[in-house]
Amino acid sequence: MNNKKSNNNQLLMTLLKGRTFIVLVLLVIFFTIVKGTTFLSASTLTMVAKHVALYGILALGMTFVIITGGIDLSVGSVVGLVGMLAGGMIQEGITLKFAGVTLYFSVPVIVIAMLIVGCLIGAVNGLIVTKLGVAPFIATLGTMYICRGFANLRSNGATFSDIKGYDGLGNTGFKILGSNIAGIPTGVYIFAVLAVISVIILKKLPFGWYVLAVGGNEKSARLSGIKADKIKIIVYMISGFCAAWVGMINTAQLSAAHPASGDGWEMNAIAATVLGGTSMSGGSGTIIGTVVGAFVIGVINDGMTMCGVSEFWQKVIRGLVIILAVVIDQTQRNLQAKMALQARNENK
Amino acid sequence: MFDDPNVVLHCEKIDKIYPGTKALDQVSFDLLKGQVNVLIGENGAGKSTLMKMIAGIEQPSSGKMYMDGKEVYFKDTNAARAKGIGIIHQELSLFPNMTVYQNIFMGHEKKKGIFLDDKAHSEGAKKILKRLEHEIPPDTMVGDLRVGQQQMVEIARNLNQDDLRVLIMDEPTSSLSAAEVKVLFKIMRELLEAGISIVYISHRLEEIMEIGDHVTILRDGKYVADAAVKDIELSWIVENMVGKNTQYHRFERSIDLSKQPKMLEIKNLCLPKKGGGWTLDHVSLDLKKGEVLGIYGLLGAGRSELFECLMGLHPEHTGDVFYEGKKLKIKDVATQIQNGFALVPEDRQSQGLIQTLDIGKNTSISSLKDYVKGLFLDEKAENAAVDEQIRDIHIKVADKRLPILSLSGGNQQKVVIGKGLLTKPKILLLDEPSRGIDIGAKTEVFEIIHELAEKGLSIIVISSELKEIMAIADRICVLSNGKKTGELTGDEITEDTLVRTSYAGLGTGRNA
Repeated sequence: MNNKKSNNNQLLMTLLKGRTFIVLVLLVIFFTIVKGTTFLSASTLTMVAKHVALYGILALGMTFVIITGGIDLSVGSVVGLVGMLAGGMIQEGITLKFAGVTLYFSVPVIVIAMLIVGCLIGAVNGLIVTKLGVAPFIATLGTMYICRGFANLRSNGATFSDIKGYDGLGNTGFKILGSNIAGIPTGVYIFAVLAVISVIILKKLPFGWYVLAVGGNEKSARLSGIKADKIKIIVYMISGFCAAWVGMINTAQLSAAHPASGDGWEMNAIAATVLGGTSMSGGSGTIIGTVVGAFVIGVINDGMTMCGVSEFWQKVIRGLVIILAVVIDQTQRNLQAKMALQARNENK
Repeated sequence: MFDDPNVVLHCEKIDKIYPGTKALDQVSFDLLKGQVNVLIGENGAGKSTLMKMIAGIEQPSSGKMYMDGKEVYFKDTNAARAKGIGIIHQELSLFPNMTVYQNIFMGHEKKKGIFLDDKAHSEGAKKILKRLEHEIPPDTMVGDLRVGQQQMVEIARNLNQDDLRVLIMDEPTSSLSAAEVKVLFKIMRELLEAGISIVYISHRLEEIMEIGDHVTILRDGKYVADAAVKDIELSWIVENMVGKNTQYHRFERSIDLSKQPKMLEIKNLCLPKKGGGWTLDHVSLDLKKGEVLGIYGLLGAGRSELFECLMGLHPEHTGDVFYEGKKLKIKDVATQIQNGFALVPEDRQSQGLIQTLDIGKNTSISSLKDYVKGLFLDEKAENAAVDEQIRDIHIKVADKRLPILSLSGGNQQKVVIGKGLLTKPKILLLDEPSRGIDIGAKTEVFEIIHELAEKGLSIIVISSELKEIMAIADRICVLSNGKKTGELTGDEITEDTLVRTSYAGLGTGRNA
């Protein structure tokens, strides 16, 4: 009797563990039935993938932050700010008033500069959280507003449109980040590469252990000689780094930079992370889960839009999905604890 | 300069000042090579503080430490570890969200190039755990282990250091079973043979006589005495530790309990264990008016769960509870408080107190609705009740508006008891009321229990301290593995019978 029960638990467990993936498959089937095969057409899938890459890259960074027990609300604003800075550097260059010259930079230089900007904003977040002891929610809420403000200040609220650089100046080519390579959006490649790197960092490098340790038991981590503050600063830098990529990809896709770009995207990133099974209280989470979670968010968003669901209802449904995901997550944890207890009793 | 080949580490006149208190006062200490150096003292004597200095967790306010004739200064745990000093903490410092091998190798990972070498980790962990006679699969999550197993993982973490010279063990046996303690002692002897010196902190004096080589006694942050274990006796330790020879005296009862009515009767109380078996297995007991009933048992015997059932925290329990002859329907905590039950929980910090509230509010929080006039809280009535309680059970407070954490452990415990009493209970449930408080405060708490019982309150007390429960209880029920294995009164109550009955329920398997 006991055996059958434990087998049932095992099955339920497998289902729960793969739940995000199952949900993804169900969603795809659902939208395929509703919309017919147009949902599976190359153009639709490309569009979905393009969006998923944006949320997904943000969610990769977010996963690191949330595993340490933090949160990064600033990423959406960083997307906007980086977009404006990149757009401005291409179109207007940087004018040095004292020398009376305007400098233009080649695209690789701009990309590197933007990544540095992202890391720096992340470092600021990390420093506020660790050295000033501000709660991550508040610290990054603050930098969220600050970055959004600077994004608007860069152009006084105006949009940089038709960003493509000038042949004569040799700063063209930025749009490659927003176009397709072999039929697949560049952003998807970047997402894939960053995801693989993230998996390696979390699973294969000591740093990954430290991230889990800080999130699991910060005091013990310190006693184990881990520099918890340093780890936290680095995860916010990773998050900023990811946000900078998204800022550039988004700008390149639109060939334009709006100061309001990326508004609210942090919520999509958090949703994808949580859907993927990362615990908001820190200590556990996987990159694979986050990637699948990002696809779920993307498919829901685009699927509903295609089905003509109003934007307002979309929000309601998205909210329900997130709450449901967390409820299921807790069920899984309880079941896991129960099974561990059972196994322990059997070993006795 | 200090140089003695028999001393691994020498502390010279260490001071440690915390805001408001002097935790260590000019303490000098020799850590003897290849011996079990035992540190003894009451709670707050400064044992753990001194060890934190040696392990680099905290730094002395003044004073010096020497190793190998040279002065050393440990600015953090890494610096101490580099000198071969490891520590097993009083509170487990593991990562419940990570695997056994990750825990063991955290902070000194094995790498292949820049990548973690999990195969080496797994094998290394297996080897160490085998040595500890606890072959836990290395990829088990630590959070899924029993507390005793977790303690073994904690020990394994330290053994993993190749260059270990000093191992500090701060109350390592508090959560271990007798069998596990035996293994631990065996390991300790092996470590000694390997030339590792051990510092051992424990409150269990019998253990110290068994495993210790050299005893150092601290009291109120000061050095009191030290001696080789072979030269001393238990009474010498106790004498130096408390400053005077304390044995708890047995409280004499003025009430003839045989003539008192039954307040509470529990029949066949069962609580299923998650995943099979019983946490409480058909437990029956009764309690008379004005009686102090002791519940004795090992960790995991189901003692706290019994209280939790009575307080309505486990609605899934079965069996009947009669209160003054009437059958009780136990619904939830609020109804149980109304029914006249009050619980003083085991874990004062996490269950007994609300750290952000002041002393007064902590005392009145459970009975606030008694002081409501109309819609509003009648502060006068509340203050009067709190003041009365503070006076009645002798809580030493300068001002009841001070934060609760400004009180000593003993007075904090009195506040928790006072909070329970303010709900005007008929039955008071005390779960380890003397845990984590010093001997003076313990005696006071026992006096309070005695006084309350004399006034006619029925009390059930859980304690793991033999001497304490023998002094305070009129009758003792022994729980073992969820079953009631004994009920002792009067002359039947001896240390020997208590200990033997507390093991009686083990080894019968969970399906029995």
